[in-house]
Amino acid sequence: MASKQPDALLGPESDSQRTQYPYVTGTSVVAIKYKDGILMASDMGGDMIYCLIAHGLPVKVTMPELCSYGSTLRYKSVERIKPIGKHSLLGASGEISDFQEILRYLDELILYDNMWDDGNSLGPKEVHNYLTRIMYNRRNKFNPLWNSLVLGGVKNGQKYLGTVSMIGVNFEDDHVASGFGNHLARPILRQEWHENLSFEDGVRLLEKCMLILLYRDRSAVNKFQIAKITEEGVTIHQPYSLKTNWEFSAFQNPSQGAVGSW
Amino acid sequence: MFRNQYDTDVTTWSPAGRLFQVEYAMEAVKQGSAAIGLRSKTHVVLGCVNKANSELSSHQKKIFKVDDHIGVAIAGLTADGRVLSRYMRNECINYSFTYEAQLPVGRLVVQLADKAQVCTQRSWKRPYGVGLLVGGLDESGAHLYYNCPSGNYFEYQAFAIGSRSQAAKTYLERRFENFADSSRDDLVKDALMAIRETLQGETLTSSICTVAVLGVGEPFHILDQATVKQIIDSFEIAGEQEDPAGEPDAAAGQEAAADEQGGAADQGGSTDQGVAPMDI
Repeated sequence: MASKQPDALLGPESDSQRTQYPYVTGTSVVAIKYKDGILMASDMGGDMIYCLIAHGLPVKVTMPELCSYGSTLRYKSVERIKPIGKHSLLGASGEISDFQEILRYLDELILYDNMWDDGNSLGPKEVHNYLTRIMYNRRNKFNPLWNSLVLGGVKNGQKYLGTVSMIGVNFEDDHVASGFGNHLARPILRQEWHENLSFEDGVRLLEKCMLILLYRDRSAVNKFQIAKITEEGVTIHQPYSLKTNWEFSAFQNPSQGAVGSW
Repeated sequence: MFRNQYDTDVTTWSPAGRLFQVEYAMEAVKQGSAAIGLRSKTHVVLGCVNKANSELSSHQKKIFKVDDHIGVAIAGLTADGRVLSRYMRNECINYSFTYEAQLPVGRLVVQLADKAQVCTQRSWKRPYGVGLLVGGLDESGAHLYYNCPSGNYFEYQAFAIGSRSQAAKTYLERRFENFADSSRDDLVKDALMAIRETLQGETLTSSICTVAVLGVGEPFHILDQATVKQIIDSFEIAGEQEDPAGEPDAAAGQEAAADEQGGAADQGGSTDQGVAPMDI
């Protein structure tokens, strides 16, 4: 901006730099309801995204058009599923640092809730709505938290599963996914999910989704975490890998039969 | 006339460790017309006596809906009561905006008590001159709280505040052990009986009292006059039938007799004297 005047009119925040692109990101989270509660799965990769600035222009005027993008798998053990209080489980894709800030907000929320010490506690529905308000509020300030969140939990025998997007779009469902999971995992879940999945069947279903994501989402890594929440509480299992098979003929010669593609 | 050295300022202690201004505020609650509340495991009923300032005026509203799951009955300065009701409504609506859930009653009551407490510790403020019976329903069941101008709050099974509330308390003390498992309709009936106790001789009519109900599957609402009239009529007819057989509620029997002797009109004149001008 050429003159100072318009800047001043925008208020004290006009000089600050908003998140205009993510920096270190995680990819999909997939979660389902099952017989006793909620199961959630994510991989542990963290992509670092480069943004090279042309002609040494200052950061302030950075625009996507002036950047050349690229990314590299920079982190390999990012925990993207965390317990929130006694009844909820939160998974996140998108900017990892923003996720960490959200975790700080929620830690404070749960702390103040516990400080009442009156036997009441916030359930998954309450936490989900709280997140919706935070995300939408930040997008209204043109300073969004760059995440897609998945929130699941159980309270008083009620299972709850929902998502919130970066701009505050939110909904509840029996199975949800963020990022690429929306395109690659949810069609599978729509076909195979049912109300009475056992723990074992649930995990098998999630592993099927995660394997497909691993094959087709270049940001995914073969190191997964699966978390479970029931009336009894949260269990986050140790990271593990899935057995892969790259010998499919389509993988060996991917461009065959795809005319015009490289 | 005797003048108290320690009562001009809320923040000044008496040597005996009392805060007179706070105690005077609590006195204002006693002067207000009565309000009662009682609860079962699933329902809360609030009731109050409506007293008009003059023959020509209407009475003040003393029961307020705060949210679907919370209501209050007040005694004392109704103006202060309205301010506090508005505060409570605000807290409820903000909570449901943020969490899409209903504010637990106990928490609202603590917030309200903290607000009252601040007024007992600031030289430029005065304590609220109103007592609130807060009835509510949440995850942990039905609750009834009493909030006092001093910033204290108590949870009750049944309670009465305001002028001549002692009579209602005596009635409730005699019967509260059965309230936990009472039906909704029995609670309403007990509420009306307790209100009648505070009238001391005046006839209980639907125009002189307000009753509100709240419970599982029943959002807080004030019963309309026709319903109250119907309930009063039903137990008054039943009472007359039972009377000769020796009704257990001796007081109710006595009262019915007193009604016949006194006649409502001249009794009304004497009761007004007990009401503080502030209450009106």
